Amino acid sequence: MSKSPKNDLIFNIDFDEYLDLEQYRERGGYSALAKALAHDPKISIREIVDSGLRGRGGAAFPTGKKIEMLRNNSETVRYIICNADEGEPGTFKDRFIMTHIPFQLLEGLTIAAYLAGASKGYIYVRHEYPEAQRILRSGIQAAIEAGLLGKNILGSEFNLSLELFSGAGSYLCGEETALLSSIEGKKGRPRLKPPYPTQAGLWGKPTLINNVETLANIPKIIDKGASWYRQIGTVDSPGTKLISLSGDVKNRGLLEVPFGVTFAQIVNEYGGGPPIGKTIKAVNIGGASGVHVPPEMLNTALEYKACAQAGITIGSGAIFVLDNTRSILTNVQNRVRFFLHESCGKCTPCREGLRQANNIIDKLLRGEAGVKDVDTLERYTRAIVNASFCGLGQAAGNSLSSSLTYYREEYLAYCRENRELNSKEETA
Amino acid sequence: MQWIQLKIDDRKIRVPEKTTILEACRMNNISVPTLCHDPELTNWGACRLCVVEIEGMRNLITSCTMEVQPGMVVKTSTPKVKEARKTILELIVANHDIDCLTCEKMGECELSKYAYEYGVKKDVFLGAKRKYELDDSNPFIIRDLNKCILCGKCVRACAEIQVNNVLDYSKRGFETQVGPAFNLPYGESECVFCGSCLAVCPVGALTEKQMTAKGRPWEYKKVQTTCPFCGTGCNFDLNIRDNKVVGITSNPNSPVNGRALCVKGRFGVDYIHSPNRLTKPLIKKKGEFVEAEWYEALKLVAEKFKTLKDQYGPDSLGALSSARCTNEENYLLQKFMRTVIGTNNIDHCART
Amino acid sequence: MAGLATSFGSGAMTNSIKEIPHSKVILVIGSNTTEAHPVIGSKIKQAVRNGCRLIVADPRKIELTGLAEVWLRLRPGTDITLINGLMHIILKRGWEDRSFIAERTVGFENLKELLREYTPDFVSRVTGVPEEQLYQAAEIYAASDCAQIFYTLGITEHTSGTDNVMSLANLAMLTGNVGKENSGVNPLRGQNNVQGACDMGALPNFYPGYQKVSDPKAQKKFEKAWGVSLNPNQGYMIPDMFAAALQGKLKAMYIMGEDPVLTDANANHVRQGLKALDFLVVQDIFLTETAKLADVVLPGASFAEKAGTFTNTERRVQMVNKAIDPLGKSKADWRIICDLAGIMGYHFIYKSTAEIMKEIASLTPQYCGITHERLGIRGMQWPVLGEDHYGTQFLHKDRFTRGKGLFMPVEARTPDELPDKDYPFLLSTGRKLEHYNITTRHSKVLEGHSSEELAELNPLDAEKLNISDGERVKVSSRRGELETRVKLTDRVPPGMIFMTFHYKESPVNVLTNAACDKVAGTYEYKVCAVQVSKLE
Repeated sequence: MSKSPKNDLIFNIDFDEYLDLEQYRERGGYSALAKALAHDPKISIREIVDSGLRGRGGAAFPTGKKIEMLRNNSETVRYIICNADEGEPGTFKDRFIMTHIPFQLLEGLTIAAYLAGASKGYIYVRHEYPEAQRILRSGIQAAIEAGLLGKNILGSEFNLSLELFSGAGSYLCGEETALLSSIEGKKGRPRLKPPYPTQAGLWGKPTLINNVETLANIPKIIDKGASWYRQIGTVDSPGTKLISLSGDVKNRGLLEVPFGVTFAQIVNEYGGGPPIGKTIKAVNIGGASGVHVPPEMLNTALEYKACAQAGITIGSGAIFVLDNTRSILTNVQNRVRFFLHESCGKCTPCREGLRQANNIIDKLLRGEAGVKDVDTLERYTRAIVNASFCGLGQAAGNSLSSSLTYYREEYLAYCRENRELNSKEETA
Repeated sequence: MQWIQLKIDDRKIRVPEKTTILEACRMNNISVPTLCHDPELTNWGACRLCVVEIEGMRNLITSCTMEVQPGMVVKTSTPKVKEARKTILELIVANHDIDCLTCEKMGECELSKYAYEYGVKKDVFLGAKRKYELDDSNPFIIRDLNKCILCGKCVRACAEIQVNNVLDYSKRGFETQVGPAFNLPYGESECVFCGSCLAVCPVGALTEKQMTAKGRPWEYKKVQTTCPFCGTGCNFDLNIRDNKVVGITSNPNSPVNGRALCVKGRFGVDYIHSPNRLTKPLIKKKGEFVEAEWYEALKLVAEKFKTLKDQYGPDSLGALSSARCTNEENYLLQKFMRTVIGTNNIDHCART
Repeated sequence: MAGLATSFGSGAMTNSIKEIPHSKVILVIGSNTTEAHPVIGSKIKQAVRNGCRLIVADPRKIELTGLAEVWLRLRPGTDITLINGLMHIILKRGWEDRSFIAERTVGFENLKELLREYTPDFVSRVTGVPEEQLYQAAEIYAASDCAQIFYTLGITEHTSGTDNVMSLANLAMLTGNVGKENSGVNPLRGQNNVQGACDMGALPNFYPGYQKVSDPKAQKKFEKAWGVSLNPNQGYMIPDMFAAALQGKLKAMYIMGEDPVLTDANANHVRQGLKALDFLVVQDIFLTETAKLADVVLPGASFAEKAGTFTNTERRVQMVNKAIDPLGKSKADWRIICDLAGIMGYHFIYKSTAEIMKEIASLTPQYCGITHERLGIRGMQWPVLGEDHYGTQFLHKDRFTRGKGLFMPVEARTPDELPDKDYPFLLSTGRKLEHYNITTRHSKVLEGHSSEELAELNPLDAEKLNISDGERVKVSSRRGELETRVKLTDRVPPGMIFMTFHYKESPVNVLTNAACDKVAGTYEYKVCAVQVSKLE
């Protein structure tokens, strides 16, 4: 895979290197924590706000603002949770951070906890990441022994007790309120929002929940300052994004790109384009919950505003390329079945709608469906996207609705009417 | 209290803060369909039927969970909203046992009411439906999960009204079901048969065993009254058909209990028609009871009372009144003893 | 009733049921609320769910003890010692409400004097409750700005019943927990119309509205209203009636809707008393054990067959509406009384029970503003002071009914009969969820659900007696004996057996002690000594 174009990004991916605590500190690690502890939290929060950092888990909420909300809450018991339940299919960025640069995450988390005024934290790691769990466990232990976690961190008044919590294999627990329920020992089902976790999260107390990548951004921001950070990326979206690239490209894998590059660049320059003799049919952006877009749209810049305008969800940063031999229907059905399996069953559109969507695609693939069924599928998709209880359901319809927009012809080609037409043409 | 001004369907509306959009609609006679909402239970937002459009918000919003905000512009019956509601109803019906002919809930079924209103037909559905065994394990409630629409009202009623927490969802997705732990039948669970679940079920998933095949909801005359058991004073409706109490149903207007009741109040009033009821006066003759007419019996009592009163004085007679009878009857019996007999020998068992 | 009437001037639940879920602190003593008053029990559980702190004092491990922050597992019959002990701690720590005591009460000094000897050490030894729990409970109750007490027959069905109640009243007044929302002393009434039957003067010493028979002014008032001259002598209380019957002083009884043979203590004594009468009339809807002894049985009507009112535990007068006609030739009880009076030459002429209520309202101050029409579907809580008054949610706001609240110092007393060598077990009685007194045995579904007595016995005792779960055993007392099946459970502590009074096949009241509270005349159903033995 090709090296990053800039030397000093946030993560500077190097798969050959694992930084232990000593090595991390040698490279300037934990100076940000020392700096943060030496100042009024307000100053560091300001720095994060100014940096323009947004949540990298998918929702892209301004991180500084979220920390500020915790800070301003009058409730004294507060929690911090790192969402490391990286369940989005095709996403493997957080795993890299946890297994290669775990202390960058732990430092960022510790700083965020200090700024938010939380003294108890959890890292919710998915069950399928045993290696990451093992490394984080020993990392936490090492940090405690070095006075970087636990009581009186770096000799200050600040305490943070950090616990690793293993998920149990549910995709939905990556949804922040379901994750809260899961830690509380309840069923991992989403809760009503509001109240948002920042108001009433874990055990009803204000809780800061951030993705691994987001928290791991923080040390650099504190260390080098917001203006340094803003030199990377664009005005709208400063910083970098970790991209999990997979599917029909030559170079698959994890890469770090500054915001502002186009998807075409990612696919063709970083990914080396489609396999020889193939063309790109579609690119799925944002993971299973993302959208299918045609090659013409790849000139869109990886940037929150630009993507929103184009109807593209950056999500977790997973990009999956489909070449011209792939069937859109099969691919979309695959995703639908994934969500059908992961649906908690609480709300009607997600529980029943995905089931019916799957049934209709089945019917289409069997050649038994008609154009009317495609209309029905579209209507069900609208209900799933517009009326589901939580993000899972709302996102579950993304690949359906985008594919129905850009690849409607392919759906229609499976319809009874058109098959009859085609076969008549053939015989004629 | 703060008042919030907003617009719903082009009408300017003022409601107290913390009011949900659904409540605001209902206060203003704007009808919004709901299946999982219940004013006595926490808001749940599961059925999604009550969705509305709110200006500035991308998705449709469930009106039962969203509180009003100043200046909010809400639309409750745009094509987008109507389409979503119809689709949601279709999806629910797709997994519902369409056994309406003999369903106990017919006429009171909320799913059928909205399906009718939104023109949902049953021919659009594909695929399997759930298939569960009927839970007939107890004398009170029949549970038919094939009709369950997973609205979660019973779960919340159990947790929030009865605070017994016997019911919850289990499994997930299409296989989601509601029931006691380990999906035990009611009869083997920790259920205390308060029947609150029965009172809130919007469809025929939970029905009362005693009332099965005894009549249709519209055939009953409902009479609100006060429970004859403990001193809590719960109210409920007696369901009457052909001068017979067929069963009772909760009455949400009950001042003390709302719809909550206990196993006795909800299911135990069948004693009214017990074959052991006395239906004629009895006079003991030679150690055996013999049926008598009212005049004969009362005349005998009157004569005996008079004779004894004349012979031994009024204080040789006494009466026990009843904490089970009405105030009016208790009043009359003490008045009878004090005026007709002339004694204060009147008491009842619960002086404490 | 007598206890609260003495302390506060009004013998009724001070607060309302609807307040319960919003309570901050609740003390439940002598009440298995979730079984005996299930809907109120649920409201207490709702309160706990909402963050209310719950203290439960009960010898048995009932459902509520599992939800309690502190469970005071006292020995049966040691309630006064316990409550006095809590007050001792409150005073020692200075948690009493001094301004309330000064402004609203009298008699505090006497109480203070009495409490001196109830040290935590002493109280702990007598009640069996660890000292630490006494401190915890006292702090929780006293530290809150509002706290409610709920009690039932576990407090009143003792020879010291009235004292027990006054003791609770003392505790509430000491901490200023009366006369406001979520603060009060609340007896939960056992039956649907206990409150009403008392209000209506079905009592040997009171006319309707607690107007004393011995008060010449009251006598005049009722003589004028009823147009006859009235007997000024107080009548017999129930226990006295059976004794008087045996002595030949009471010759006839008219029993409406009660079954004392099953429900009164020392049933054999009751049966003998009734048998000694010259003439017994029983008016009921079933041929009860008492009715079987009658000379004439009059068939009354069930609640569904007549109109009238019940008054619930929170003083709410509510409509009972006629839904069906009386079965067969049975008649509404009020009509039977009117007919009988008519035959005896007195004109009880009422077109409906609404008319009777008019008369009640004109004579009973608490019911002054009540008419059936006004009650509607929501009822009204007395006192309803006039046609433009809507009733009273909680009593004693600003002023007690009797003026100032009266601290009545009460000394602990032991129950009349305690276990000894011959009768080593303590028998306590009560209800269970599935049944209500004796009527529900006639409900097919409830009977099918719960058809026989299951006396609760601790497994440790069972092991000593070689009794296994579900076995039939003999239980005997100095007054009688019965057979029952047992359930082995740690709901009861060792040395205790618990039975219900629902089953005539195991009629627990042949065992119970008819010793009663001197003021209220309530039997000591909750404590007597029995022997448990294997059947041969």
